[in-house]
Amino acid sequence: MAALPIALNSIVSPRKPNKTKLDTYECGIETVGDAWVQLKGQYYIFGLIFLIFDIEAVFLFPWAVAYDRLQFYMVLEGVLFILILAGGLAYAWRKGALEWV
Amino acid sequence: MSDPFTTIGQFIKDLLIGIGIDAVVTDVALNIVGAVVLGGLVGAAAILLIWAERKLVARIQDRLGPNRVGPFGLLQTIADALKLITKEVLIPRGADRYVFIMAPLVVVAGVIGMWAVMPLAPGLIGSDINVGLLYVIAIGAIGTLGIIMAGLSSNNKYALLGAFRTVAQMLSYTVPIILALLIPVMLAGSMGMSTIVEAQRSVWFIFLAPLAAIIFFISSIAEVGRAPFDLLEAESEIVAGFHIEYSGMAFGMFFVGEFIHAFTIGALFAVIFLGGWQGPGAESFPLLGLFYFVAKSFLMYFVVIWIRGTFPRIRIDQMNSFNWKFITPLALTVFVVTAILDKLSVEAGFNRTAVLLAANAIIVLGTLFLLRTHARSLRRRLEVTDRPQIQRSEAAGD
Repeated sequence: MAALPIALNSIVSPRKPNKTKLDTYECGIETVGDAWVQLKGQYYIFGLIFLIFDIEAVFLFPWAVAYDRLQFYMVLEGVLFILILAGGLAYAWRKGALEWV
Repeated sequence: MSDPFTTIGQFIKDLLIGIGIDAVVTDVALNIVGAVVLGGLVGAAAILLIWAERKLVARIQDRLGPNRVGPFGLLQTIADALKLITKEVLIPRGADRYVFIMAPLVVVAGVIGMWAVMPLAPGLIGSDINVGLLYVIAIGAIGTLGIIMAGLSSNNKYALLGAFRTVAQMLSYTVPIILALLIPVMLAGSMGMSTIVEAQRSVWFIFLAPLAAIIFFISSIAEVGRAPFDLLEAESEIVAGFHIEYSGMAFGMFFVGEFIHAFTIGALFAVIFLGGWQGPGAESFPLLGLFYFVAKSFLMYFVVIWIRGTFPRIRIDQMNSFNWKFITPLALTVFVVTAILDKLSVEAGFNRTAVLLAANAIIVLGTLFLLRTHARSLRRRLEVTDRPQIQRSEAAGD
């Protein structure tokens, strides 16, 4: 469904490449340096924190589905699991890992 | 004529079996046709959605919006699409051709794929899997993959930076979405979308978990990349971000994909928190259920557009600190409180709705109090640094 308009475009559109049109965009000037910039470390940290919470959520989904059949101490165990991970988030916060450099 | 969808489906199936086609092949063929019809309808709905957005944002900004092409400007989107089709698709020198062309397809496919599990009407759902909510979150992540493909394959350092930022934003805001979605799963006892809608027969989940609804809504807007979180793709920010090297219909696909995604989160909100197709008389007339679902989705889409037209754009560091220092701890708190109180109120026999509403109100008040304290301490810190300057200029004036 998404491919149809793009295919239509490639059939209907003109195709006149020239050197200037094929240059990559850099605010209207000639490009400076490589196009592969170095990844900042902060992105990696956000990805890591997301991964931790994602895995936590994967464990919490079955717990949430079975919630109606759980007894109270089981609910508290799930809450304890979340609190441990929330402690990790608080640690990252205090250490300054959540600042955007 | 109480259930037109099943009737039509059965009719076509009988017709095909009557011709002599095998029953299994008929099933598969009907499923494929259903998928194509759904995808086509959603794509065609994009025309209406884009028109509605442009008119609404224009009215908020005290202007008219498109009103020349067709009655009330309804054909404007078609005119734009025709224009985009005739534009040349430039693939910059050194760009990865196949990944470049596949990226918009992946993004749009990810968004349309979300509609496979939407309960449109009682009994009308693309595929009724019992992990529907998890599927929705996973498919949303495929859209993020498409954006990284777009950023990496354009041979452009700004596209790359834009793609990094986009992925950082989308990943960050997935966390509150997951945490907020755990609460309806708890209340309904299943991840299947139609089960969640059925579980809202007595009371809609927005009344049982209003804070979770708000958190889900805000985080979804940030995940899609709409204003006020649209710094990744607005023209004045990092030179239009990851889709800077796209022109013609490939760019159009990103554009359309974003609007469909915005409508999809409206529909998701309607299904999970507003009761989906439920309403007076929906069980006996499935068409009425479909109408309720579409009406609720459009209402939420209107709120998304309203927010877009009203708020200024947020900076990337404000966005990140908003997510990790405010929304995620808030989502965790709401989740913990709801889990404990729901179980306690059921065992003690209190009215579940009243207890949960009261708990949400207390959390809101507590949050507002904390925000006020934090803002006061910030203001006090700024005042202290201002004072020495005044004293110095007074001393110089003596």
